[in-house]
Amino acid sequence: MTPLLEARSLTRRFGGVVALGQLDLEVAPNEIIGLIGPNGSGKTTFFNVVTGIYRAEAGTVSFEGNDITRASPRAIYHAGISRTFQRSRLALPLSVFDNIMIGNYKRLNQGLWFNLMNRRGFKREFEASYRAARALIEVFEPWLAERMFEPVAGMTMINRRRIEICRALISQPKLLLLDEPSAGMTHDETTTLMDEILQVRAHARNLTIIIVEHEMGVIERITDRCVVLNFGLKIAEGPYRQIAADRQVQEAYLGVA
Amino acid sequence: MLPGVVAQALATLYLITLLAVERQLLIIGLLGLAVIAVLGAYWLGWLDPVNRSFADREDVLGVLALVAACAVAAFFHDNHFLLLLIVTVVLYTVATLGLNIQFGYAGVLNFAGASFFGIGAYTSAVLNAHSAVPPLLVLLIGGLIAALVGSLLLLPVLRTRGHYAALVTIAFALLLKAFLEVNDVLGGPQGLQVKGMTIRGWAFNDNIELGNVELSFYMNYLVLSLALLAVAFILVRRLERSWIGLNLDALRLDETAASCFGLNIVRWKITAFTLGNFLIGIAGALFGMVGGFVAPNNYTFADSLILVSILLLGGVGSPWGSVVAAAIVIVVPEKLQTIQEYRFLLYAVMVIAVLLFRPEGLLPRPARNYFPGWRP
Repeated sequence: MTPLLEARSLTRRFGGVVALGQLDLEVAPNEIIGLIGPNGSGKTTFFNVVTGIYRAEAGTVSFEGNDITRASPRAIYHAGISRTFQRSRLALPLSVFDNIMIGNYKRLNQGLWFNLMNRRGFKREFEASYRAARALIEVFEPWLAERMFEPVAGMTMINRRRIEICRALISQPKLLLLDEPSAGMTHDETTTLMDEILQVRAHARNLTIIIVEHEMGVIERITDRCVVLNFGLKIAEGPYRQIAADRQVQEAYLGVA
Repeated sequence: MLPGVVAQALATLYLITLLAVERQLLIIGLLGLAVIAVLGAYWLGWLDPVNRSFADREDVLGVLALVAACAVAAFFHDNHFLLLLIVTVVLYTVATLGLNIQFGYAGVLNFAGASFFGIGAYTSAVLNAHSAVPPLLVLLIGGLIAALVGSLLLLPVLRTRGHYAALVTIAFALLLKAFLEVNDVLGGPQGLQVKGMTIRGWAFNDNIELGNVELSFYMNYLVLSLALLAVAFILVRRLERSWIGLNLDALRLDETAASCFGLNIVRWKITAFTLGNFLIGIAGALFGMVGGFVAPNNYTFADSLILVSILLLGGVGSPWGSVVAAAIVIVVPEKLQTIQEYRFLLYAVMVIAVLLFRPEGLLPRPARNYFPGWRP
């Protein structure tokens, strides 16, 4: 079976620092992959290169067999990859609904005439989008579904994460990149959020996930396979149990001398 | 809806009184009274119901506002000076609505508003003098030419962000003024006369006689200006309450995140900048015909600053705010003849006071409500 996402010798440096060194990675459809490693090991850089925010210096990325190494963030989103950010990047003054709709760009009619003149058509699309967004957010938190038109600025960290994940999911992507969804949350909140993500995945067919995470409990519970990075290099790959037992990984990351 | 109607009626009565009074001390007293009344109503919480009724029944209250403007005009039906003042307020509001699309929604700060206004006015001057293009079409062409000239700025504006894009527009304003001053075809520093509007034999520059009542010819222009304002207002509202308004907000707040969700930043910045200049140009084309005269000195950087201060004072992104702020910024210095020379000082003080005490403007922009009154 062809992999959904395939990186071949992907390289990116910042000055003299190797953020990604010759990284090879294959992600099969429907997998959940954990991307782990100490701070600065290149996890977020990998996401930024895949989504086109950073240019790769060498190597290739392909998605469903198409080369996307030089594609723009827009094109990559349209191809079916969407993401969340390590530091929440919601539009704080806008409402929950507005923030989710930002992620729905490709499925909304963006025509000038449609938006300005065809208010009936727009209302139909608006109502359908409202129902879709509401159905999605209800899987996470019914409380939020009652507050679709309130600004995000007043919401707690876990709710902001939920909204960010909904923004990434509303366009029904094939691949979801989650960049440290547990950052800034308590242990219990993290567990709740992961349950919710698994629930969403049970609803959505064909959703592949790559998750960057520091909470090993999360990684152990939800991933099929892990990739461990250190200084931009892949040092181990395999199911959590296997990599947790790996000597090199323990030295680099799990804090065993 | 009642609180909104009451507030509008009071504001209309107040405006008529303020415009009718001539004695400087009385005017100062009236202005002080307005400030105290608004602050008092604010402390007593009376402004919230007004706000709510405007949010829920904007359509009805909008029509009422037009009626109120007509009532004020009818009261001063033979007073050229005051009617010209009201037309100026209305057309500056239209121009500010254009700026609002650019800065309020897309975050592109345009310090050349008066230049695009002037381009519209020059278009009227040239087309009315040398062609037989119907005047309503001239207005449209004025808007199109402003948008077209604005597209020369697109490349530098799209390549820069924030303050740097604003600097590009300042440079453009200075260049345009220099260009107009040395261009003899366009009248050089003396400028050009603009022929008034005539639609099917109805000459806008003749006074109107209804029985034995004579109306100032500015009444013609006022009606047309109000129609233009209504159309511009509805357009801006629909824009805000659509996916386009959402796109503009998204790219203003976080370009990187927006592009990660497929948003075409270039397309939407161009749309906002061009649409804004189009509105400003139309308002300018009509204003040229109202004033009957255009010269480079009428549309300087200082006038662009007035447009920006109207936008900031009223509330960025808030069309009703622009209406109120345009009235304040234009009417107050005209009535307070004693401070005429210091009016820029007055603008500066007003803008600084608003930025300090009410940074979102007199009437802050409310959260987007796609269909007022809509419940899930």
